[in-house]
Amino acid sequence: MSTRTKVFLYGILLLLCVPFVFPTWWMITSSFKPNAEIFSSSLVPSSWSLEPWRQVFTMQPFAQQYWNSAYIAVVVTLGTLVVAAMAGYAFARIRFRGQNVLFLVVLTGLLIPSEVTIVPFFRIFNRLGLVDTHWPLILVPMLGPPSVLATFIMRQFFLTLPGELEEAARVDGLGRPAIFRRIALPLARPALGAVAIFTFLHSWNLYLEPVVYLSTRSKYTLPQALTQFTDAYQGQLWNVQLSAASMTAIPVLIVFVIAQRQFIEGLAHTGLKG
Amino acid sequence: MYVFVTPALLGALAFVFLPLVLVVWYSLHEWNVLADTFTFVGADNYRRLAEDPDVPAVLGATALFSLGLMVLNLALALLLAVLLNQKLRGTTVFRVLFFSPVVVSLLAWTIVWGFLLQDNGGINGLLGAIGVDGPNWLRSGGIAMAAVVVVQVFKNVGLNMVLFLAALQGVPQELAEAARTDGAGLWTIFRRITLPLISPTILLTSIITVAGSLQVFARISVLTQGGPGTSTTVLVYYLYQQAFQFHSFGYGATLSVLLFVIVLALTVLQWQMRRRWVFHEH
Repeated sequence: MSTRTKVFLYGILLLLCVPFVFPTWWMITSSFKPNAEIFSSSLVPSSWSLEPWRQVFTMQPFAQQYWNSAYIAVVVTLGTLVVAAMAGYAFARIRFRGQNVLFLVVLTGLLIPSEVTIVPFFRIFNRLGLVDTHWPLILVPMLGPPSVLATFIMRQFFLTLPGELEEAARVDGLGRPAIFRRIALPLARPALGAVAIFTFLHSWNLYLEPVVYLSTRSKYTLPQALTQFTDAYQGQLWNVQLSAASMTAIPVLIVFVIAQRQFIEGLAHTGLKG
Repeated sequence: MYVFVTPALLGALAFVFLPLVLVVWYSLHEWNVLADTFTFVGADNYRRLAEDPDVPAVLGATALFSLGLMVLNLALALLLAVLLNQKLRGTTVFRVLFFSPVVVSLLAWTIVWGFLLQDNGGINGLLGAIGVDGPNWLRSGGIAMAAVVVVQVFKNVGLNMVLFLAALQGVPQELAEAARTDGAGLWTIFRRITLPLISPTILLTSIITVAGSLQVFARISVLTQGGPGTSTTVLVYYLYQQAFQFHSFGYGATLSVLLFVIVLALTVLQWQMRRRWVFHEH
């Protein structure tokens, strides 16, 4: 490759980077600008103000909301891993009729927008007295369509594991549960990692469901809380809102930068996150 | 072994199939939440759907959004993947940068774009610096839709990009080499060899992208609230408005059935069309 081609390619890549990187940069730097300066086009604030970051916590029970999002995402992720790993293993090892039906189920779970079922779910949870609780945000993703997808991914992975290993363990007198726990599961770490990442992100980003189910501020999750930073006239307090947005984005970004290979390759191999 | 599958099966039954059956059932009813009455109304909601003057506009906006998103997303993803597949140093860094919006929380990403696209926001500031008077992106008909599509594309294109990259890396080098010795140009090689070989990935990504394009409630809700007018009121947003703002739950369920039928039809259509353009090795 000639030097000119190289320079040209780097130039295009750098230019293309702008819309991917600049918004995140702008979000973080603008969050330190005082409100009077918020629409100035300087790339860094002229004076760094921590005030908006402080206001995030005085305007809303933001620490509580942060905790809500975090614990829900962790519970959903762990629950999905257990359900999906067990079912995925069983579906990979036992022969059963109707493999095609299973595929249809997966396709349904994968492609049907959650908006389709939001009305019946609302009525069910309303009947059960679970509206304005976190239960719908935990149960539906953990057992509904996202979990079906996770099960499918786990099954595809377990199918690639050689059977001889497990045969040998069986000859040594290990039962199915022990084989699963001690042999199959440790080998499945990459697949579990990928499932964990997309399950966590899915829960962390959930927006329609909290908006529909939750009405008490202290029960809000982060995506819903982020839209609530307005002044008395419903005008947006951009710097406070951007501070809160930065706080939800930065931790995940840091984990991503550290483990970028697992993120990108894991998601590329499962390849199914809509 | 059956103990292993029980939670998943029960879950799928209760949280995937039951709601799908119920949504059809509810579309034949009217539910008043406050009075808690649930009355059978037959095909009333479907009649309303047929006569609703907003529905054609909503379907038009939905089609425009999905089509625009799919074309832009796949084209950009393929372009990025091809660029990253060149033998250049530092492509890993670029891969991370292009992928990073995927992990930035959805609402944070949408909010900062909403901020950038304000009339006096960052983008018009940049345009002003080079003497261009930018429009009020989110408040002008036609432009608002394009803006929402672009925001969505940059958020998720990294995912399709890595899928394409993996597919490109699976294309055997010898084929391109052989074609080159036969005198084929870069473009011909790309069109005649690379594209057919990665067409299964194009099918997969297009199905995922179209299905995903229908779930845009958060973007619309934060950026435009369906406006200006109804120009960005896509089906999922209209459904939300009817069911949860106007408390027309029966009608909301009817719109859900419509959404379900559309997703199903699109998926079947893409699956059928694969025979015409997806290349299979035998």
